[in-house]
Amino acid sequence: MKINKIILSFISAVAILLSTSVVSFAKVVGDKIVLGAAISLTGKYSSNGVHTQNGYNMAVDRINSMGGVKVGGKTYKFEIIYYDDESNPKRAAQLAERLISQDGVEFMLGPYSSGLTKAIAPVTEKYGVPMVEANGASRSLFTKGYKYLFAVLAPANLYLDVAIRTAVELNGGKGVRIAQAFEQDAFSQDVRLGILDAAKETGSEIIIDDKLPKELNDMAATLVKVKQMKPDVLVVSGHTKGALTAIRQIAEMKVDVPMLAMTHCDAAKLSKQHGKNSQYALCASQWHKSLTYKDKFFGSGMKYAADFEKEFKYDPPYQSAESSAALLVFKDAFERANSFDKKKVRDALAATNMQTFYGNIKFAEGGQNVDKPMVLFQVMCDGAGKCENKVVAPLKWASAKLIHPIPKWSDR
Amino acid sequence: MDFMVFQYPMITIQACLDGILLGVLFALIAYGMALQWGVMNIINIAQGDLVILGGYIAYFMYLYGIHPAWGVIVSPIIMYFVGVGIYKLVINKVVDRDLFISILATFGISILFMQLMNFAFGADVVLANSGYGTTFLFDSNVVLPNSKIFSAVVSIVFAICLVVYMKKSKLGRAIRATAQNARAAKILGVDTEKVYAATFGINAALCGVAGALISITFTIHPYMGLPYTIRSFMIVIVAGLGNLPGVAMSGMGLGVFEEFADYILGTEFRIGSVFLLLVLILVYRRFKLSRKREYLK
Repeated sequence: MKINKIILSFISAVAILLSTSVVSFAKVVGDKIVLGAAISLTGKYSSNGVHTQNGYNMAVDRINSMGGVKVGGKTYKFEIIYYDDESNPKRAAQLAERLISQDGVEFMLGPYSSGLTKAIAPVTEKYGVPMVEANGASRSLFTKGYKYLFAVLAPANLYLDVAIRTAVELNGGKGVRIAQAFEQDAFSQDVRLGILDAAKETGSEIIIDDKLPKELNDMAATLVKVKQMKPDVLVVSGHTKGALTAIRQIAEMKVDVPMLAMTHCDAAKLSKQHGKNSQYALCASQWHKSLTYKDKFFGSGMKYAADFEKEFKYDPPYQSAESSAALLVFKDAFERANSFDKKKVRDALAATNMQTFYGNIKFAEGGQNVDKPMVLFQVMCDGAGKCENKVVAPLKWASAKLIHPIPKWSDR
Repeated sequence: MDFMVFQYPMITIQACLDGILLGVLFALIAYGMALQWGVMNIINIAQGDLVILGGYIAYFMYLYGIHPAWGVIVSPIIMYFVGVGIYKLVINKVVDRDLFISILATFGISILFMQLMNFAFGADVVLANSGYGTTFLFDSNVVLPNSKIFSAVVSIVFAICLVVYMKKSKLGRAIRATAQNARAAKILGVDTEKVYAATFGINAALCGVAGALISITFTIHPYMGLPYTIRSFMIVIVAGLGNLPGVAMSGMGLGVFEEFADYILGTEFRIGSVFLLLVLILVYRRFKLSRKREYLK
């Protein structure tokens, strides 16, 4: 018993010692700029959490190896402290608190998903810590008047906007009939608001407006309605499970719809699970490697994709690309601020106007990136059943022609 | 509220058929739960997670080029041993305690399973394609994916086999004897420890079958287990323990109820409506019980 007590007090003494020494561990140590990030390494967002982390790491290595960040005539290198938020918003907020008040981090990178970014933003705002995030697209993040939040990605309400506009254009400028099904989370509901706006502006009519539960694995009811009411466009947003469920059941129930637009539908994933059934689906994406943006660190999207694949052995999803871009934004802001003062860095971030391999970056008042349109790609398969994402809209970057309307199941 | 489901007879038929096919699958999971609840007095919160684990077995077979339908055979065999393992490690320590302890213990197992599956298989949503095609009825106004029909048929076959096994085999009789009175069974020479292990194993095996079917018909994900636990709990509550036809009927009833709730209230209230129904049924039972008591006075 006594020995236990002695051990326990020893451990707590060491813990106290460590925690006090950590406090002195501030944002810039020696030649290192320390950034903090809570990332979902476990839990339901873990696969995208890892994509995010890989994106961050890739950019840190690249910037450090190409001369680092120059502030006040001295060269600094980036370093990131990661914690695992377990895909849990409460945990993410705690970790942000810990990063800032215990680890002394003064610059943050965002977590994965809108929900977690929403949990962290009030904390960084409270401490006046600038946060550049790359994976929270929910519109509500940008309407709260946050001053220290910057997002390199386009807000969620623009995700499928371009799909509706394309459908209207193909319909000779006349409004279309839209069926939509959205999961009930912050992100998908924002995508929905975007569709409502687009429908209003184009004079389109929403004939089915379903909400999907978080535990979604069956959307037969929605599809039966689609079969009966024959809309011109079917829009689905419910993360990967929404996309997979939709494709499976559309194929099984042979639902014919001229245009199917979705979020979170990476061709590699869809076709791995569904083969040619996923063909013709339109997917909203923040980025595609074939886009022609350039920067001096990664060169072009194609080059980024090749380097990424070499290092991590898979094709980079847009979540990784946008995460890498967040580091480029930070570097640029530090150099322009020429200081590590949080306020000055924040002002420099707000004045960002640059091009990265991921796209142009310029922040609006609310912190969202307004200089980078969404792209829409279509899953296209060749005879051997190998499927690829091809950019079809906006036309400026299109690498293939949009196939519209989708051929009927009886003709495939 | 949308009453479209009643306005078009074809949609009504579609909803009923979808519901029945789905309900049969629920009933299979619920049957496993009723079995071990009756025998061991344990409410297994990890039921849904066992289902998902069974689904992953079929999924991995599919990934390695084996048709996922074989999962219906392989998955229960593996899951039987998983079930016996869980029993030996955890459940045998809580089997004689009160219900609350067992709920806590199985809740713990559920969390552990979710995290382990997430760790081992990743957080991606997956599914196994059967390539079974589709059946069209009524001038193709009603569509039934053959995978759903397959899963209902397999569920029924397994349920029948189990009923026969329970009636005819030695172990089945021992299980039933233990369910009636564990102490008496022990006195008469039944090794209740073995019976408990076998019961838990059989339950896990049933979950394995159901999981394989779910991976063929729907999607699986490490965190998708809980709704299946709740549905089977609900079915058992409605049907009562040891009432097999009741389990089948209430399973199908629940399936149809869910489909209609889906059309009328919207998909977002699908699981919510199951909860609501559960509360209503519990209140109704309480009400009936209190009336009975008054009568006895």
